[in-house]
Amino acid sequence: MLPYPILTLMLVLMWLLLNGFTLGHLLLGIVVAVFASWAMASLRPEKPKFGKWYLLPKLFGIVLYDVAVSNLHVAKVILRAGSRKHNPGFLAIDLEIRDHFAIAVLAVVLTSTPGSAWLEYDSNDNTVLLHVLDIDNEAAWRDTIKNRYEKLLMEIFA
Amino acid sequence: MMVNAADIPLWAAVAVAFFLLVGATLALIGAIGFVRLPTFYERIHAPTLGTSWGIGGIMVASMIFFSVAASRIAIHEILIGIFVTVTTPITFMLLARAALHRDRAEQNGKAPDKHTGSGSGPEEIQDEA
Amino acid sequence: MSAIIIFTAVAIAQLMLAAAMALASIRMFRGPRAQDRIIGLDTLYINAMLLLVTFGIGTGRVIYFEAALVIGMLGFVATVALAKFLMRGEVIE
Repeated sequence: MLPYPILTLMLVLMWLLLNGFTLGHLLLGIVVAVFASWAMASLRPEKPKFGKWYLLPKLFGIVLYDVAVSNLHVAKVILRAGSRKHNPGFLAIDLEIRDHFAIAVLAVVLTSTPGSAWLEYDSNDNTVLLHVLDIDNEAAWRDTIKNRYEKLLMEIFA
Repeated sequence: MMVNAADIPLWAAVAVAFFLLVGATLALIGAIGFVRLPTFYERIHAPTLGTSWGIGGIMVASMIFFSVAASRIAIHEILIGIFVTVTTPITFMLLARAALHRDRAEQNGKAPDKHTGSGSGPEEIQDEA
Repeated sequence: MSAIIIFTAVAIAQLMLAAAMALASIRMFRGPRAQDRIIGLDTLYINAMLLLVTFGIGTGRVIYFEAALVIGMLGFVATVALAKFLMRGEVIE
């Protein structure tokens, strides 16, 4: 009956946010969401395997904080671009996570963080090519990605 | 639906003004960096200032304004925030891969080879090209 | 009092976002390569979307929110199609 309950619930919520809460829109939204989840089921997407899903809010908080910090950092780099030279560079990292959803979340996190951009993922040897705005502390970048994000993602998508 | 800005209390007005200015400042700094930074791979970092907390600030301002002014919870702006957060990585990744592909095809030394190993700086890339 | 604060902030934010749009279009015209122009277009779209939300706060109308959502979606689809074109030489294979 309902192949993707969370997706269906999210679609109903989105419908209500866009149209305002009335009984008519609740019923219409449920109908649309159920049909949409059936359409999704016929595409047969891979299902994510959640381990410790309750760690997701922790990841969300960490990312919001990191994005704010690196916003300030990149703003500083841009505003004094003439006086002090920053040192941009490429960075290739071997990943341990294999789960496609975890890699997708990591890509979203690293791209939304100003100062690091996800360029290319190679699924053959599981490496990712990043570009960072300030490669002077290369070890710190590796440490952040490996220990701060990847460990948490491996626990969430077990 | 229309609301009047004069109806809302002072603390909400200050909060709306603060978040609005933070968001607009970040978007402007992002655009300045976008013009000033010298290479494509550096420029790709600048607009993310606007798409992360730039959008976040303006969305929070809009949510506070309409929630307080209409005295009911208005959080539909969060949809724009989610939408932009999810779609920006897709566009930037596709563009970065297109740029890498073009630079490698021309062998102009701006892009690293497929397997540079660990931490190749710009100097090493010059040698490989 | 609160109306003055909000209208001043909205006016300053609109000026800043208009300047950001102007800078993005400078990069779009100057290039130097096609990928720079496309990312300039994407930045232009995002700043236009933020400007519309700011208009919404200034006028107190909710309708600008929907226009902003449409602009955001159009910008996404346009940028993806252009990036695909750069990589492959065609949009639909």
